[in-house]
Amino acid sequence: MKKQKMMEDADRDRSRNNLFDLLTEEIIFCVLDYLNDNPLDRKSFSLVCKSFYSIECQHRRNLKPLRSELIPSIINRYPYVCKLDLTLCPRITDDSLLAISVARGDALRSIDLSRSKFFTGTGLANLVGNCRNLVEMDLSNATELRDSAAAAIAEAKNLERLWLGRCKMITDIGIGCIAVGCKKLRLICLKWCLGVGDLGIGLIAVKCKEIRSLDLSYLPITNKCLPAILKLQYLEELVLEGCFGIDDESLAVLKQGSKSLKTLDMSSCQNISHVGLSSLTNGTECLQQLILAYGSPVTLALADSLQRLSKLQSIKLDGCLVTCSGLKAIGNWCESLRELSLSKCSGVTDEGLSFLLTKQKELRKLDITCCRKITDIALAHITNSCTSLTSLRMESCSLVPREAFILIGQRCLLLEELDLTDNEVDNEGLESISRCSKLACLKLGICLNITDDGLAHVGMRCPKLVELDLYRSVRITDSGILAIATGCPGLEIANMSYCNEITDRSLIALSKCSKLKTLECRGCPQVTSLGIAAVAVGCKQLTKLDIKKCYNINDFGMIPLAHFSQNLRQINLSYSTVTDVGLLSLASISCLQSMTTLHLKGLTPGGLAAALLACGGLTKVKLHSSFKSLLPQKLFEHLEARGCLFQWRDKVFQDEIDSKSWKMRLEEDMMG
Amino acid sequence: MNVKERPSVENWTKPSAIVNELPQNTSINNQSFNSTNSQQHQQKCVNPSIMDYNLEALSSKFNQSSENPSFLPSSPCNQTKITNQDDVQMNQMLQNGKLLGWDPRAMLSNLSFLEQKIHQLQELLCMIVGQRNQMYDCPEELFPQQQQLITADLTSIIIQLISTASSLLPSVKHSLSTVSPLLGQLPQLNGVLCPSTANTISGLHLQINGDPMQQNVGDLKPSDRSNPVEQNNSSIEVHEFKEEDNADEDEHLSPGSYEILQLEKEEILAPHTHFCPICGKGFKRDANLRMHMRGHGDEYKTPASLAKPHKEASSELVLLKRYSCPYAGCKRNKDHRKFQPLKTILCVKNHYKRTHCDKTYTCSRCNAKKFSVLADLKTHEKHCGRDKWLCSCGTTFSRKDKLFGHISLFQGHTPAIIPLEENKGLSETLNHAENLEAVSKVGRVGFSFSTNDFNGNDIQGMVDLKGNIEEACFSPFDFDACNLGPFHQESPQPTFDGLGSSFSFLISGDMSAVQSGTNNIG
Repeated sequence: MKKQKMMEDADRDRSRNNLFDLLTEEIIFCVLDYLNDNPLDRKSFSLVCKSFYSIECQHRRNLKPLRSELIPSIINRYPYVCKLDLTLCPRITDDSLLAISVARGDALRSIDLSRSKFFTGTGLANLVGNCRNLVEMDLSNATELRDSAAAAIAEAKNLERLWLGRCKMITDIGIGCIAVGCKKLRLICLKWCLGVGDLGIGLIAVKCKEIRSLDLSYLPITNKCLPAILKLQYLEELVLEGCFGIDDESLAVLKQGSKSLKTLDMSSCQNISHVGLSSLTNGTECLQQLILAYGSPVTLALADSLQRLSKLQSIKLDGCLVTCSGLKAIGNWCESLRELSLSKCSGVTDEGLSFLLTKQKELRKLDITCCRKITDIALAHITNSCTSLTSLRMESCSLVPREAFILIGQRCLLLEELDLTDNEVDNEGLESISRCSKLACLKLGICLNITDDGLAHVGMRCPKLVELDLYRSVRITDSGILAIATGCPGLEIANMSYCNEITDRSLIALSKCSKLKTLECRGCPQVTSLGIAAVAVGCKQLTKLDIKKCYNINDFGMIPLAHFSQNLRQINLSYSTVTDVGLLSLASISCLQSMTTLHLKGLTPGGLAAALLACGGLTKVKLHSSFKSLLPQKLFEHLEARGCLFQWRDKVFQDEIDSKSWKMRLEEDMMG
Repeated sequence: MNVKERPSVENWTKPSAIVNELPQNTSINNQSFNSTNSQQHQQKCVNPSIMDYNLEALSSKFNQSSENPSFLPSSPCNQTKITNQDDVQMNQMLQNGKLLGWDPRAMLSNLSFLEQKIHQLQELLCMIVGQRNQMYDCPEELFPQQQQLITADLTSIIIQLISTASSLLPSVKHSLSTVSPLLGQLPQLNGVLCPSTANTISGLHLQINGDPMQQNVGDLKPSDRSNPVEQNNSSIEVHEFKEEDNADEDEHLSPGSYEILQLEKEEILAPHTHFCPICGKGFKRDANLRMHMRGHGDEYKTPASLAKPHKEASSELVLLKRYSCPYAGCKRNKDHRKFQPLKTILCVKNHYKRTHCDKTYTCSRCNAKKFSVLADLKTHEKHCGRDKWLCSCGTTFSRKDKLFGHISLFQGHTPAIIPLEENKGLSETLNHAENLEAVSKVGRVGFSFSTNDFNGNDIQGMVDLKGNIEEACFSPFDFDACNLGPFHQESPQPTFDGLGSSFSFLISGDMSAVQSGTNNIG
């Protein structure tokens, strides 16, 4: 008794000395608002003391649980959670939904079930019935949901945003229920809802007058529902990607386009030419973004139809056949383009692109990926007129000579994203590019001309670098990586795959980048467990690790990984020398979701089974098909019921070829 | 004198007794008027109305001319004179009414008259209010009469306004507008209370429904009840507007204006495909029909006349052919009190088979529905087993787009999920139960839609439809339609509604079949 009292006194004393007691909850809440980068930060905060624990519980609004088993307890721990993201829980049953809905009640405003399975319309009915203030629901990929579930959703009268992508079983009837029930809808995504046609969409347009955003991609709709859609007073975004039922002829009937429309996506609508486009954009003065990717050829006529769209800021023409006159007309008609994407457009020439760019000096983002005809002339024009560029993507512009890349660093100093994959850029070019001090994303994959010297310049002068891609840039060695790791402490994504000169030194250097989330070092045979251990210790936020074909990594790399990388979600161990022991130790990583273990010589069926059973959060496992017969079917059924998906591969063991011959083979393929 | 012309006391605003000189005079005047001429007046005032109607009906029926609305508002105008002047004015009034052609100017004058009249009334009331304190002795018993008079005066203003407005409508509702001004007028003339108005109205109805050809001025005798056509015409009130819309169809034929043909039962059921357009006799071969046609006269001997039988012929000259069902007691039988003739020989065939024959064709899919006309079965089979598109209100639709059209039209209606599609969850079965409940509830709504569709077509079509639905309603219960004849006659509409609502769920399939059947006929 006495002892207990003494302890209470001690507690009180301690709390008196706690400086945080002088701060109001609001101030601590403000502090907590900044603890967003790493989920572990919040966790360690809450573990400090009881008051911190309760403050953290009260502060939290968003919850993204790792395991569905824990939902009942955490839902009670966090009384003010209004946004529930269940994308990490593959198994959400009707019972879980009932528990959530009862615990949260009207407080719940948003729920994301897009990656979850095993719930039905009954669960949704409970959820919607108990949580009447639901504003946001993501039910994408719920391929089993039927109209009855849609009818349950329709009871969510306050719903404003709803995603139903790939809900293929839902028909017009279900959508009709939602249209009538959810009058406040502002956003609805029905991508790939193949059962929904004109009637359902027409009803949405008639009943849900508040719609701002409508995604109708790949729906079997025709023009019949369009007049009603275009009458929606607040419609801002309309996605008609892959709506093959809409063609020029049917669009010709439309008298008046939507006046409020800001974004129009008509990708993959091959049946719509400039005629249909002009009918659809007739009167849409506010249009800011137009996406016509993989559509009909961009000719003079099509570009002319853009003339009336004076506020257009962004055009995406990816994959279209583009004519020179078309490009010139775009240059003439569009007053102030900020964003232009010509990725994979055939027909982009120096002449057309140069003309366009001299007119569009305000351009911020330019994508000319795989425009293989352009040369240094175009690049000179890009750099000359578009000095405010923040993003330039020019993968595989193979005719651009190595000297031309110097221009980028001379003129486009505001660049934040630069994709030079598969280009002729060399060290001089990189030296120049390193002047772009804001560079955050630099992709130098398959740049066979660059070496450590060039990379060192980047490392020295681009401290904001977040993403670096050196895939198959085979002349890069440890010293280059060392320069990057030293100069770019904020690096989050690093890809050094098939840079076969890389050793543990690189990984040890990278372990200083504490924010590193993704590390890909496929096919680096000199990397060993030592390097992996260093990364595991240094990079606590590591979520994705690819060490395929790192033949020298063994169980000794896995044990520190299992111990330190508690955020690891995805790992590829194929061709490494990891055995049962390593795999079993990895199973202790509670949030590990995806695992690829092909051609692991030391892996036995028993070890695999134990690891699979121990790793409760797995959602995707890629295995060699030989295991299918070696393990009992019951095991797979059990794991599938937990929400794990198996992908079986039957590839034969492949030895790695060197990058030079790899590229030669690639070029041969292209010629052929 | 102006005030005297308008005998009225402001009693409705000031219920307490108001005595002044003016009403005294007028009421005395009125009283004497009533005492001396009331009997005569009553008759006289009714007569012109009959004449109005008769002339009007004739002109609309035979000339298809637009109605002359101006005579209607003019009658209350004359009415003011009547109160003070002699009955002779009555004839004058009628003549005035008749002579005036349809004219916007007339309407303008009507309106200005109305304005004047209201103004006068206003002045009068002001005066009464002003004299309110000057209490004079006055016979108390005059007040109710004054009250009636002023009320009637106001009523006549209102009715005048309505009739003036209604004359603007494209379809002229002459029967309504003919009656209504008189309604306002009559009590005033008679000096009687409202209940007597009702009598007058019923009296008028008889006249209206009576055969116009046989009516004479002053003939108040109820029309001959044995006349079947008159019974037919009694339905005028029910589908009054429909009749206006389809004036050219004119199925309310006066007796004698068409010829009634009645085929024998054997003739109707014979598998003939060629029918004589004149007598309805059926033939297996067209050649035989042509041979038969020759017997009807020389004009049928040319191929041209055979090709287009009697449509070309002027209806005034050649008597129309209508058909009677040979089944005694049937509403379609010429001896029935409310005989409704059948329009074509095909109508006869279908009617006879549907109503008086066994249903020999059974749907092979559902094994439940039976039909006596093969075409009905085929129509049913098109829909049988298909997804029924169901609304939360219980209305079913054969087509999904119709359902969605319905839902987009009405607030709160949602598509109902047919539970058979997926058999899970208790909530769905509950829904289903609700749906079923709603089905029976809203069956009426569904029906009224279908009739509305028919309004646009023709009156005959609608009558046929109704008849058929009745049959459809009764047939599952082996009711004999003709036994229920008198019941129908009493109150056809409510009876139908009651049955329709309770059984429409069962017969919904039949209804669509019937509709298409009547479409074919029409």
